[in-house]
Amino acid sequence: MNTFKRHLTALAVSAALMPAAALQAGEVEVLHWWTAGGEARAAAALKEMMEEQGHSWKDFAVAGGGGEAAMTVLKTRAVSGNPPAAAQIKGLDIREWAELGFLTSLDSVADAENWDQLIPPRISDVMKYEGEYVAVPVNVHRVNWLWVNPEVMDDVGVEVPTTLDEFFEVADKLQAEGYIPLAHGGQPWQDATVFDAVALAQLGPDDYRKAFVDHDMNVINSDRMEEVFTQFAKVMSYVDDDAAGRDWNTATGMVIRGEAAMQIMGDWAKGEFSAAELTPGEDYLCAPAPGTTGQFTFNVDSFAMFSLTEDEDIQAQKDLARTILEPEFQTLFNQNKGSIPVRTDMDMSAFDACAQASMETFKASAEDGGLVPSFSHGLATTSYIQGQIFDVVTNFVNSNNPDPAKATDQLAAAIQSAM
Amino acid sequence: MEHTQSRPAGVAKAPSGLMDGLQRWLPKLVVAPTFILIGIGIYGYMLWTGVLSFTNSSFLPSYDFVGLAQYAKLMESERWLVASRNLAIFGGLFIGICLLIGVVLAIFLDQRIRQEGAIRTIYLYPMALSMIVTGTVWRWILNPRLGLEKLMHDWGWSSFSFDWLVNSDFAIYTIVMAAVWQASGFVMALFLAGLRGVDSSIIRAARVDGASLPVIYWKIILPSLRPVFFSSVMVLAHIAIKSFDLVMAMTAGGPGYSTDLPAVFMYAHTFTRGQMGLGSASAMLMLGAILALLVPYLYSELREKRHD
Repeated sequence: MNTFKRHLTALAVSAALMPAAALQAGEVEVLHWWTAGGEARAAAALKEMMEEQGHSWKDFAVAGGGGEAAMTVLKTRAVSGNPPAAAQIKGLDIREWAELGFLTSLDSVADAENWDQLIPPRISDVMKYEGEYVAVPVNVHRVNWLWVNPEVMDDVGVEVPTTLDEFFEVADKLQAEGYIPLAHGGQPWQDATVFDAVALAQLGPDDYRKAFVDHDMNVINSDRMEEVFTQFAKVMSYVDDDAAGRDWNTATGMVIRGEAAMQIMGDWAKGEFSAAELTPGEDYLCAPAPGTTGQFTFNVDSFAMFSLTEDEDIQAQKDLARTILEPEFQTLFNQNKGSIPVRTDMDMSAFDACAQASMETFKASAEDGGLVPSFSHGLATTSYIQGQIFDVVTNFVNSNNPDPAKATDQLAAAIQSAM
Repeated sequence: MEHTQSRPAGVAKAPSGLMDGLQRWLPKLVVAPTFILIGIGIYGYMLWTGVLSFTNSSFLPSYDFVGLAQYAKLMESERWLVASRNLAIFGGLFIGICLLIGVVLAIFLDQRIRQEGAIRTIYLYPMALSMIVTGTVWRWILNPRLGLEKLMHDWGWSSFSFDWLVNSDFAIYTIVMAAVWQASGFVMALFLAGLRGVDSSIIRAARVDGASLPVIYWKIILPSLRPVFFSSVMVLAHIAIKSFDLVMAMTAGGPGYSTDLPAVFMYAHTFTRGQMGLGSASAMLMLGAILALLVPYLYSELREKRHD
């Protein structure tokens, strides 16, 4: 049935792309969910680059639902031996797929292109399984950003806060003037994104890694974690009452319109500011989340490469991996997506001020150890443990009388049960 | 006579035998694919889910059996307990209020009022909407910044406050509201059909005996509608246990996971968090809950048939 379908689609594709088929080059089928706005333009550019190299490109149909529907189809196809060439899988999920033996080694490309020199080790570790590259990183998002509306800040006469204590001071003043200090959407992943930033500020990069990467119970079940929850509750108390269920971009809209002063969110928020035709540094400011100056919580999008059988297709897959990391695509894609290139040797002059600042911190933190994987975006731990942490965090912040001590116990128990 | 008749019958024997055979087998042949599909698609997968619930399957099925470990994990999970408690609150209130509203509306409509057809259609219409639409509309109505509360503030009643949707202690009741709005018209239609089926001579006889209208309804008509009660409860219980889309559209389980229902829990763990074993275990417990309702019901239904 599957092979039949495959032949049928192959037939349909070759009929549609007669010139490409005539070249007898390989086909890359790519599962991605870059379907809207700048992301879609970036995906189209990648497709064009592949076609210039003589390969044909096939989009894996993604029918919404946060990618869950697509993941189910991907699982079915992988199990029946008919996976796409590449799929947008990130973080620890890459390792899970690799453990099941579905992924292929990209070391021939990686060696030729010298990826180990281009990509900081903390990121290439995520892309590797047993020392071999099985996935290719596309971009780096910084999660610990604070987005600020400068007009509101000027109106109240406050500066952008750099520590949590300053944040509380500034927020009190903003609140007194009738502004919403912190724009936020009450969805579990957004709660976790703010928690992520507060945890990094309170614990520092080393203990952050111990807690969320190594799951060291001495850090998780400690007074310091209790302090994280206390500070987190305090930060969240500056969110308006109607945040429940609000989408992140609606919250960004509140900052743009000047209803709210600040938002803690990853740099994909920049897309919303750009869409409103605002200039970074003038109409809106990007600053590190309070207390995390010089530190960098990364969220990396990547393509995992599946084992294929046809030689032409394998060649096309390798070309895809190489093209993704080429400066041309890295610039084009990341300008559209709001993220920064994963290569540290890039010329950043074509990027905006926020991206340049992000890149500087990225390079510096890769050296001094301030670079940490974001647990709230699946880079630090398995989706199961991540989900367990989400449950505790979101339950804590939404309960009517949050108890940091109880939340710390719950966090320890939840992580323990999922390990 | 006998002789002449037996001959044509004998001649026609072969084709009619074929026809008979065909007639006997055709219905079975026609329904066979359906039965096979139901057998595999429903009962087969039910069994498979049962098997998976005893394994440590993560994001793909595996067959490492771990006994009841997934069920033990489920019982320790705070979120599952919240989901189960929510199902009890939601199911109880939803079924109770739907029945109450349905019966009352049906009795009112049964009073031979004018424009009954139009009114009946209006009450039944919510059933034609999908739960997603219902959920989205009610989310807008109940959202403090967009809906009712804002409207009241704009009209000058500035102390009006209705924040149940964003309050984790009360959000589950907003789901009950939306579900009741959707399903009570359907219950009304069931009861209306039942009421119309009640023999009017009994009512007339009761009137002659001097019974008032409420007494007639309470003592005579409603008790005779027991089968309708049963079917309504069955249908509503199913809707309650499998409720997923309404929650997803209205609150997505939030604030926090305060409006989680077992179906939402199952989906999140099986498909988002790669915990197929745990998800299957929760699905089996949901199946158990449905069976706990269904088996006594079927039993009582079948027993009644035997008595007839």
